[in-house]
Amino acid sequence: MNHVTAIVKREFAGYFSTPLAYVFIVIFLLLSGVLTFYLGDLYGSNQADLSPFFGFLPFLFLFLIPAVGMRLWSEEHRSGTIELLMTLPISLWQAVLGKFLAAWAFAGVALALTFPLWITINYLGEPDNGATLAGYLGAFLMAGGFLAIGSSLSAVTKNQVIAFVLTVVVCFAFVLIGLPPIVRGLAGFLPPNMVEFIADFSVFTHWDGIAKGVLELRSLVYFASVIVTFLLATMFVLELKRAD
Amino acid sequence: MLEIRGLTKRFGGFTAVQDVSFHVERGEVLGFLGPNGAGKSTTMKMVTGFLVPTTGTIAVAGHDVRRQAVQAKAALGYLPEGAPAYPDMTVEAFLGFIAEIRGYRGGTKRDRIARVRELVHLEGVMRQPIETLSKGFKRRVGLAQALIHDPDLLILDEPTDGLDPNQKHEVRELIRTMAAEGAAKKAIVLSTHILEEVEAVCTRAIIIHQGRLVFDGTPTELEARAPRHVTKNRLDHVFRQITTGVGAPPDGDENRESLAENQEIPVA
Repeated sequence: MNHVTAIVKREFAGYFSTPLAYVFIVIFLLLSGVLTFYLGDLYGSNQADLSPFFGFLPFLFLFLIPAVGMRLWSEEHRSGTIELLMTLPISLWQAVLGKFLAAWAFAGVALALTFPLWITINYLGEPDNGATLAGYLGAFLMAGGFLAIGSSLSAVTKNQVIAFVLTVVVCFAFVLIGLPPIVRGLAGFLPPNMVEFIADFSVFTHWDGIAKGVLELRSLVYFASVIVTFLLATMFVLELKRAD
Repeated sequence: MLEIRGLTKRFGGFTAVQDVSFHVERGEVLGFLGPNGAGKSTTMKMVTGFLVPTTGTIAVAGHDVRRQAVQAKAALGYLPEGAPAYPDMTVEAFLGFIAEIRGYRGGTKRDRIARVRELVHLEGVMRQPIETLSKGFKRRVGLAQALIHDPDLLILDEPTDGLDPNQKHEVRELIRTMAAEGAAKKAIVLSTHILEEVEAVCTRAIIIHQGRLVFDGTPTELEARAPRHVTKNRLDHVFRQITTGVGAPPDGDENRESLAENQEIPVA
């Protein structure tokens, strides 16, 4: 576990050694503010909860999380440091996990910095803080899922832009397949069981409940499976490159 | 310390390394020679566990590189070609990271870093981000990183490439010192294009050409293969003869024969 810790420490510090991290956090906070107060009309809703914020979050994460994940492995490929990392006495899973955890922690910091929203609703009314906490936890899990997808796709290429675009596309597909219009469209020609099965794979289906403050066990299992699956995919891609 | 048997690496249809076998013992400094693209770096990448061989086995300090990868990697230090390092880290942070991965904490970690800092003369640049360093200093950081755990086997891919004559001299001195350092003798493998370097530091030389091993012997033996009439740059002459087939058929195996013939030429 010491190896994983060493990698997490290095990677996490790496985010803050360039202005990129600060730019990212500022953009994230600005956008979440704009979306919550203007588009989500938090004040006009007369509801002291963060559902306007959580409602937009999957779409915000869709573009911002791939920007965090794109450099995970592609930068190692580009700068040649992958050769250094892979010849250190660590196992592949330790490197993959360490890098992922650092990116996840960074996303967690960005998410935690939206706390003024939480203060706002507590000032305005008496919100269900349990529901808000469930929402934040769900958001953190969703970020982890997107980052794991980003990890596996950044292992494919040394080009960060390609990694970013691929990740957006895959994450978008994961959101899309559960959106009501798509689900309705699928129901037109697929049996109901099948539609439900497909929709269960969507981030959106699980997010729907979480945004309302209901964090179900099956959603936890879902996000955990997405993370594990795509981290294993990352290992697979890296192993493939090694044998190539 | 290093034992390679029947090592072959194919990339698609291209064979980069073909049936290479050799071994290196403690105290030896092995010069790994060959033209660009001959398979030197590929071989080193397989020894250090970065690439997986198509066939063949590699053992580092008795550990199979594939089956006991972590133990094998723990026993070796590696300077990859171009000395890659995380550009936005300071030298101190970078060496700290490597030390932690190598299992050093607290006081031991500080001692290890202090030792390599002095060994490769990084005193003035510890707080600088690696991307701001000159090529020579970057190379030294790479060496420091490879030496932090005082490994039994040191693999250096073109350690003096791109350095000025003074820096080259320093690196060579360092290699010589390490190879002869009393009880803690290391096995060192270094690849180079510079044949004078082989004479200067190596106890043994290997030439690889088109993925095949075409020479294995001491630098003196290598030099002895040059015809008598060649008086200057004798090693260069032999190297060209072996790897371009000047005055010999171009195919690798036949090269060996022609070498054997050349050996019969009496050397003054």
